[in-house]
This record gives sequence, structure tokens and C-alpha cells, in this order.
Amino acid sequence: MMAQGGIPIQVTVNGKSHARTVEPRLLLSDFLRHDLGLTGTHVGCEHGVCGACTILVDGEPVRSCLMFAVQADGRELSTVEGLAPGPEQLHPLQQAFWECHGLQCGFCTPGFLMTLVPFLEQNPHPTEDEIRHALSGNLCRCTGYQHIVDAVLLAAARMRGEAR
Amino acid sequence: MKPAPFEYLAPETLDSALEALARHGGEAKLLAGGQSLIPVMNFRLAQPAVLIDLNRVQGLDYVREDGGGLRIGAMTRQRTLERDPLVAALAPLLAEAVPCIAHPQIRNRGTLGGSLAHADARAELPAVAVALRARLCLRRSGGERWVEARDFFSGLMSTLLEPEEILVEVALPPPMPRSGWAFVEEARRHGDYAQVGVAAGVSLDEAGRCREARLLYLSVGDRPVEAREAARLLEGSVPSAEAIAAAAEKASRDEMDPTGDIHASPAFKRHLARVLTGRALRRAFARAQGEAA
Repeated sequence: MMAQGGIPIQVTVNGKSHARTVEPRLLLSDFLRHDLGLTGTHVGCEHGVCGACTILVDGEPVRSCLMFAVQADGRELSTVEGLAPGPEQLHPLQQAFWECHGLQCGFCTPGFLMTLVPFLEQNPHPTEDEIRHALSGNLCRCTGYQHIVDAVLLAAARMRGEAR
Repeated sequence: MKPAPFEYLAPETLDSALEALARHGGEAKLLAGGQSLIPVMNFRLAQPAVLIDLNRVQGLDYVREDGGGLRIGAMTRQRTLERDPLVAALAPLLAEAVPCIAHPQIRNRGTLGGSLAHADARAELPAVAVALRARLCLRRSGGERWVEARDFFSGLMSTLLEPEEILVEVALPPPMPRSGWAFVEEARRHGDYAQVGVAAGVSLDEAGRCREARLLYLSVGDRPVEAREAARLLEGSVPSAEAIAAAAEKASRDEMDPTGDIHASPAFKRHLARVLTGRALRRAFARAQGEAA
């Protein structure tokens, strides 16, 4: 049982362990941004519609604005900062977004990436329909989605070793 | 916006959760998946003094076969239902409906019990629970009671749950022999609330006549709406295109009173209900006949 006031939590984010004391009402999205300085996770609507704050909790995508930080105690989190294998290299999906113009202002991009990376892991041969279905929980106001679909198709082909 | 301050309790046993609820009663809210509660807390439309988080309670997350039916713990995630082979085998209507709920990001957190207790008439799970003749176990400190899903939903976002009760388990009866099912809904965008949805279940007798039909609708009333008269038009005879059309007409014209919204007038909702009923019944009967053959 815990009470109001600071609650100690420990989370692993992108492989690195962090211990902090948090107020119960602190949203996981704000914890990542303000307490850990991981500002790649974006905050759009804060009611679970836009998808910009999507991160992985124990490998599955969730809205980080619809979880309290205290609920993440003991869990493994992945954010967009952990996608690229190194400073000079992008994840294949990031690379494809860049090449296919899958982003313009970039605000929604972290949420799209964190939604679509597990999607591609579970479905390496997606059809265009399945991709549109998979990204229906993420809003983009710039691209009209077509370039995002193109990027996912290209990334999927590359991750299968079928395209360069 | 950000939620207002609250006292946070994270009990690890059902007994301590029930004790906390008995102590705080109406001041407390139960936090299940949080996919409806946290948005309204973020808007400060809900400002509970105490939040009792059920996510650390042991023993509320399971899918078990029981006498050919299912027992499902209230904290079972919707994503688990979507992937569980027992659900696909013994409650295929539920398996067909779950992917229509919002998005994977939401279903990874959202729970069966949370959705039923929230009782949004636009949601899939309340209608499916009534269609499946689910029974719900409501526990309180020192006791429990079982209620039928069709009695549980008592009005707009309202249920029979008392302030000191927790919905802990959902029991589904075994599927009937020669039964078929279908869940269909129409949403403007996949994952949005449906403008209308229908959960259909049918079973046939050995001569191929419809023994029982159930038609449950979402988004056309203040709770799941059952079309009993339309179902009776189907029962007792061999399914035909004419009978399906008559049932769809009856249900959409006489057995619902939908209110309109910015995207759908009442007349359009009736039209959708009629068309979707036909689709659902055709699919359900085809499945029932396939199983019989």
C-alpha cells in the first residue's frame, strides 16, 4: 500500500535503469520528458487520441499519457531515443521515413515509429491495408499518411532483406 | 491538462483492495486499464480523492476453461483476449469483437472488467457480454453476488455495482451446438467509436431450423440494446433471406431509439442498424450451417 506524496520507483528505459521519487498523479509521458529528460516522447492530446506519446512497455505499445509513472515501477520501457543503433545510424524505419518524406513537422513521428516498430516485428509482410489499419491510432496533420505508408512498405522490404 | 492530486493505493491482494474500497467508498475510484478513467482525470472531469490501482492485485488476470465455457478474470487485457486460443475456440464472438476496440496501444492496457464496469453504450464489450449471456461476479468484503450481464447495465454509464463492490470475474456459458456468430460495426475510422455495431448469435436445431437468435446493438441507446422481437421472427424456421430482411427491418424500426450526433442522424443510425443486421445474420447463419455440415 502506498500513500499520497513521493513514491519511489525504478524503471528501465532503453536498457538503462533509473530510480526516482514521483508524485502519484505524474503521467508516464511527463515523467519521461521532465524527470528523465527524454523529450523524444511527445505530448499531443493527453487523452489517448493522437498517439504522439506512444512508447513500449515490456515490448508492447501503449499511450504513455494514459499511465501514471508509478504504474511503470519495475517495468522495461522503450522510447524513440532507443531506436537508432548508434549516433551515425538510424533504425531502418527511421531511415525509410526520412527517404520517403514520412514526416514534415515531425511532431507525430516518435509515436508513429514506436507504434510501427512492434507492428513490423509481429508482421514482417504487411499489406498496405494492414499498415493503414496499424497506424489508425496515430494522427499526422502534415503528410496525409501516404508517405508514411510508403516508408513502412520500404522499411518492411529492407528488414526482410528484399530491398536496398 | 494534468490530473488533480489524489491518494494512490496499490494493493497486491483482492482482500486488501476490497478493504480499501470499503474504507473509502464513494471517494475512491478503481483504476483498471485506465484508458477511459485517465483521460477524464486528465481533463479533471473526474477528481477522485483516492485511486485504488488494481494492476498489482494478484489473481485477476486469467482465461480458464470451465465446463466447456470460460471464466475470465476482470483484469484480463483486451489484447490477451484477442490472442488467446481458448477465447477463439469457446467465445468466437468475443474474439471477433475485440480487434474492433480502439487501437493496439489501447487494448494493451484496457481490460475486460474495466470496459464492462465503465458501461459506455458505444463500447463493444458490454453488447458482446449480453449477447453471450455472460454472468458477472461482483465481490465485496465478506461476500459476492452473481448478476446477468443483461441486468448489469442499468442506464447511461451506470451499472448495478455498489460503491464497495469490485467486478472480479466474467463467466461465459459454453457455446451451443450448431451455433454461429458475427460482430460487425461501422466506424468513420478504424478504432473510433462505432456509429452502430451489432453482435449476432444464432443456433440451429438438427433440422436446420433456427433454435435461438440474439441481436445486440451498441451506440443506439443508453446501454446495450437487445432486439428480442426481431430475433423471434427468425426462431423456429429455416433461415431465409426474407426472414433476415424482416428481422433487420423489425430491429432497426421498432426496437431501438437512437439519438443522433454530429456525424449520424437517428435515421442514418437506423439505416446502418438494418444493413449491419443483415450482414451479421448472414455471416452467423453461414457459420452455424458450416459447423452443422
